[in-house]
Amino acid sequence: MAATKTRGSSFSRNLSAVTSTQNPGLKHGPNGTMLLSSGIPDLDKMLGGGFSLGSLVMIMEDAEAPHHMLLLRNFMSQGLVHKQPLLYASPTRDPKGFLGTLPSPKTLKDDTSRGHDSNNEKDLRIAWQYKKYFGEPQLNVNASNGGKHDYSNDFDLRKPLERQFFSGLPIECVSIQDFTSLAPLQDLCAKFLAQFPRTGVSISSAGRIAIQSFCSPQCKYSNMEWHMLSFIRSLKSMTRTSNAVVVVTFPPSLLSPSCSKRLQHMADTLLSVKAIPDEDKEMEKLLTGYQDMVGLLNVHKVARLNTQVPVILEATTFSIKLQKRRFLVLECLNQAPVDGSSGSSYGKSGTCSGSTKAGPLDF
Amino acid sequence: MEYDALNLLDEALSLNSQAKPSSLCGRFLLVEDCVETSGAFVLHHLLKWSLSSHPSSVVIFLAFSHPFVHYDRILRKLGCNLAAQRDNSRFIFIDMLLFHIPDEGKASQDGLLTLFEKIQEVISTLDPASNDIIIMIDDISLLEVASNGSSNDVLDFLHYCLTLTSEYGCTFVALDHKDIYLNEERPMLTLEMEYLADILVKVEPLATGLAKDVHGQLMVLNKEIHNRHGSSPIKVHKFQFKIKENVIEYFYPGTKS
Repeated sequence: MAATKTRGSSFSRNLSAVTSTQNPGLKHGPNGTMLLSSGIPDLDKMLGGGFSLGSLVMIMEDAEAPHHMLLLRNFMSQGLVHKQPLLYASPTRDPKGFLGTLPSPKTLKDDTSRGHDSNNEKDLRIAWQYKKYFGEPQLNVNASNGGKHDYSNDFDLRKPLERQFFSGLPIECVSIQDFTSLAPLQDLCAKFLAQFPRTGVSISSAGRIAIQSFCSPQCKYSNMEWHMLSFIRSLKSMTRTSNAVVVVTFPPSLLSPSCSKRLQHMADTLLSVKAIPDEDKEMEKLLTGYQDMVGLLNVHKVARLNTQVPVILEATTFSIKLQKRRFLVLECLNQAPVDGSSGSSYGKSGTCSGSTKAGPLDF
Repeated sequence: MEYDALNLLDEALSLNSQAKPSSLCGRFLLVEDCVETSGAFVLHHLLKWSLSSHPSSVVIFLAFSHPFVHYDRILRKLGCNLAAQRDNSRFIFIDMLLFHIPDEGKASQDGLLTLFEKIQEVISTLDPASNDIIIMIDDISLLEVASNGSSNDVLDFLHYCLTLTSEYGCTFVALDHKDIYLNEERPMLTLEMEYLADILVKVEPLATGLAKDVHGQLMVLNKEIHNRHGSSPIKVHKFQFKIKENVIEYFYPGTKS
């Protein structure tokens, strides 16, 4: 993995001058791919720069919490900030209304405070044993970002996106609630993706498609699993030949296990979000910063377009936190240092589902 | 081009570049993988093996999951130029990405029938006696989706492809995702495929989770029944692998330095 990363960053350095003037929302990734930002700087770092153009990102929802909406909002906002056309499909009555809830990028004024803040906090809070789990991913990104501040923004979840970002942009919002079949949605996506054909070297613009709660029961097609599968399959094929990224969220619990597995196989990048129970005393003891966590994010698969090498992350489970109740940050899980008085807590760590998944901690 | 020393996978598949006809002739090789660990690299390995070691071999590739560029880039890093091979008509790439059969029933049979006829037509233009022909399908589960879940028709199609192995001595290689069928009561498709396969390659993640140095585990079940010394029992090979851009390392568990 390290090898591909360094290659990727050298790629972006050579060509950065060209792309950054043309299109701040895109950058070169490894293996001849182009990346765009997910709208969450931490997620970009984890995925090695962002979502690759032409990839299908699927997010598995948790039925108990709407955390997938956080990811969708940032993804859409980031696109609008970069003036990238957007197609948003949702099973709600009024999808246009959702645009009003999109977060606004952080202004330069509070820009300096965050980086320092979080670093100091970490230094104080984390026991020395766990320090090695930080640092590295952060370093990586600073290098590959190469000072392109505009590629990804921090979004202030409490400030709605200003009107200026919407005006004059081709934004399409569709309610998929009334669709009895997927054909109209497929036509819409095909028409949208046709605007971004992959012609050659120069990429003038990239598009984003966000489909929320794809197979939710409100949709009238939700009992036609094969139709849904073939829709996603053709959407994936169309995306592969265009300069766009498609993010689809779906509730796996409502599908048959085999259908959900098929969808997971089709995804280029597969994420899942999970709520954390409100007052789980055991978890609280185990994990530092438990109070600030709103949920967990799992990275199951990272897109590998044009390569056969899998991306193995340092950790696959991350906590979703809201910093100052405004900014979405993702952090590795940190097990709290063992408290001397409660000798049994080492044993307990084995039962905690969150920590067993965090790869490096097991080895 | 000279092929490098045999690695564990070649040994397990008894791939031997000197042998003629190739040891895979007339056999059906099924690769099974899961969400955590993709088995696509086995296809890449076989692609490279057949295109670079046999000057007469021809690969017919049915691509359901990735476009040509994807494979071209991967194989180029492995040291094999797919675009050139395509121009030489040694690599026949059939793009099935947008292949879709409108609805179940008659139409789906027709769609798959045309596809099979296409394969047959390609083979008939070649000389099976002097060419080693490999037919590869990069994702059976997507073929199922493309035919709207009519797995009977898919099974029929696969059976037809299998007849080519005995008729022309082709090798048939297919990739499927095992974990899709785990929850089904009687997953006919995967059961039949496993039964028919001469060589079964299972790609699994490590039981302990993802690791940087070991990307997963391979189990190769070689149901070779007859060889020079009479019949031999089914051979099972188990080893681990690490995928790199230009090479895949294979090693027995615990021997990775």
